[in-house]
Amino acid sequence: MISNLNLETQGQPEAAPASAPLSKPSTKNSLAPAPFPKVALIIERHGRKPARLVPILQEVQEEYRYLPPDILSYVARSLNIAPARVFGVATFYAHFAIKPKGKHLVRLCDGTACHVKDSVPILDAIRFRLGVTEAQPTTRDLLFTVETVACLGACGLAPVLVVDDQVYGAMTPEKALAVLESVREQERKEPSP
Amino acid sequence: MTTSVPTKTLNIDGLDVAINGERNLLELIRKADIELPTFCYHSDLSVYGACRLCLVEIEGRGIQSACSTPPEAGLKVRTHTEEIREIRKISIELLLANHDQQCPTCLKSNSCQLKSVARQLGVDRVRFKRVHEPEPLDYSSVALIRDPNKCILCGDCVRFCAEVQSVGAIDFAYRGHDAAVLPAFGQGLGDGECINCGQCAAVCTTGALTPRPEIDEVWRALNDPTKFVVAQVAPAVRVALGEEFGLEPGVVTSGQMVAALKRLGFERVYDTSFAADLTVLEEANEFLRRKAKNENLPQFTSCCPGWVKFAEQYFPDLLPQLSTCRSPQQMLGALCKELLPAEINRERKDIVVVSVMPCTAKKFEAKRPEFTHDGSPDVDHVLTTQELARMIIEAGLRYDKLKPESYDMPMGFKTGAGVLFGNSGGVSEAVLRYAAEKVSGETLRSPDFHAVRGEDGLRLATVEIGGQVLKLAVVHGLKNARTLADKVRRGKTDLDLIEVMACPGGCIGGAGQPVSRNADVRRLRTRGIYDVDKNLDLHKSQENHFVNEVYTRHLGEIGGKRAHKLLHTCYVPRFPVEATPPATPGVTTTP
Repeated sequence: MISNLNLETQGQPEAAPASAPLSKPSTKNSLAPAPFPKVALIIERHGRKPARLVPILQEVQEEYRYLPPDILSYVARSLNIAPARVFGVATFYAHFAIKPKGKHLVRLCDGTACHVKDSVPILDAIRFRLGVTEAQPTTRDLLFTVETVACLGACGLAPVLVVDDQVYGAMTPEKALAVLESVREQERKEPSP
Repeated sequence: MTTSVPTKTLNIDGLDVAINGERNLLELIRKADIELPTFCYHSDLSVYGACRLCLVEIEGRGIQSACSTPPEAGLKVRTHTEEIREIRKISIELLLANHDQQCPTCLKSNSCQLKSVARQLGVDRVRFKRVHEPEPLDYSSVALIRDPNKCILCGDCVRFCAEVQSVGAIDFAYRGHDAAVLPAFGQGLGDGECINCGQCAAVCTTGALTPRPEIDEVWRALNDPTKFVVAQVAPAVRVALGEEFGLEPGVVTSGQMVAALKRLGFERVYDTSFAADLTVLEEANEFLRRKAKNENLPQFTSCCPGWVKFAEQYFPDLLPQLSTCRSPQQMLGALCKELLPAEINRERKDIVVVSVMPCTAKKFEAKRPEFTHDGSPDVDHVLTTQELARMIIEAGLRYDKLKPESYDMPMGFKTGAGVLFGNSGGVSEAVLRYAAEKVSGETLRSPDFHAVRGEDGLRLATVEIGGQVLKLAVVHGLKNARTLADKVRRGKTDLDLIEVMACPGGCIGGAGQPVSRNADVRRLRTRGIYDVDKNLDLHKSQENHFVNEVYTRHLGEIGGKRAHKLLHTCYVPRFPVEATPPATPGVTTTP
């Protein structure tokens, strides 16, 4: 069971965009057309071309932070591709997420240089504090998702932590936790959209 | 570059072999009677080149896969060098390391390619340890079982489903170590777009996909003294069941089959072909009515439950054009449950109808809610040809020693037309044999309509009956059906009747039949069906006096109210075509 000792209860951040549980896509036998106007717009912008599947999924993920099954289904039908194939593409690339990701993406570099400069204790500390694991990388309040990356190409700054688009170098477990705390503090004061 | 070679030959293991338009080296090597092992090569499907078993050494080029190399004159090919033997054996060892090797209990044990290739290559040990955690089996489908622990990722199922059926219910998902063949979103096979044709299981090289057996349920019914258990056997079963007992494909063993069913404990053995004769009368009259009014044409056949679900999913706007006739299986089931209670003085719920089908989709069809009344389905259980063979073996019956017996009357009586349903083109031919006489009022000189016979997946035929020209299309493989239905949707055809069968060659190529990877097997079964027709006294459904008697005594007139209640059905759109609604819904073509 995930330990969430230090997981402070927040005012509900933004609700997950599409609330379909992964195991049971609600597309089955529902007669109401799925209204995903934003997705429809993205698909139209790419000319409804099946060959544009990957860029379409990228933009959709930008919008929803992950690829909910309902939307994958909708994309599949719009492009006339089998949903199983779209699911195959969405699960093939590490970039795509089929489970909801947190509002803030915490990526810790575990490339060779960062690894030898002790990135693992930092990762352990972050995961412990946020109560996440490799299998469940997202906090329950959907505020953070913790991932590792193979190399960020900033070995001079090792060990490197990236939160959203902000790069933090020469990390220690304490510094890393302080970074996360500041993000959380910021959210408490004025939640970002 | 090869102009110095006078004739178009290449050299395989020291033998000169002539090139005659083979698509790849593998075909040529097999023509030279060298059996190269493969998992992912299937002559009906695209070349995938993933299993790396058909590797050959080509002089000057090194080691390449034979399936993806076009034959070229002058090539020097070696198929069994030490290095290649080693690579092949290691590939098999690695596959076996992660494979759930429960061979004695595996449903595919007798036709497992992984097993036979391991034997062929002399793999006698596995040096690697399993690294995959066991995954739960997928029992969500009533027609098929998916066992991910046996999958070797050859992709034959994925390609068949996408390329031949244009469904794509399963595909590769995730990558590397985690790669798996899965239905969309990791849901169950029974929850998605699978149309239950089972061809994935037929091409599966291991036991990862298998038809879902109902043997235990049937044994339970047979051993229950309060039940009256009735069997019906589809036309295609009789030309294939013998294969499970060492006979050639296409050899007809109806007599032994009936005897076996009686020995297993079935009280009555009926022939689904009887209901096929009924189908002909109902469907032909429905067609002639539509033709006269010029509405809902072209008429699609509705005997194939794979096609019916396909149409419900992808062509909801064309559903009014499907014949409303139930499939012969469901017609016979309905008649048994309707007529038998009075005849044998038992209640409907005590009668158990078991059908023996070449088909896995029939399992799904039998469980459709519209075919259940008062909690009792018209067809209780569906056995595949394979399952019947297994029951015969379980019962210890020696098939070759069984004394032939006959079907029970009246519903075991059929004409050749009813038997033709087992072949692609058979329904069309049977309907023509009836319609021609009905329209012209004259007796047909020859009942055979060769125009609708053949092997192509999409055949067009023009037939003149009684001065009227009818345009027919005969389709097998749902990709072909999709092509045609798309044209119908756009109003681009002037067809009258379209016969659709999901499986290659029609029902004789169904996924419930004995597993074979050889197109010749289908050819022989097809011929077997035509031979049965030839050897019967009657060839036209209207000559089936037992069918006529059922109408006079029970059903009233053809297409009448009572016939409609028992013999017809309706369809439901399954998936909303959310994003791409048809341009012209409900379009009707004008012939």
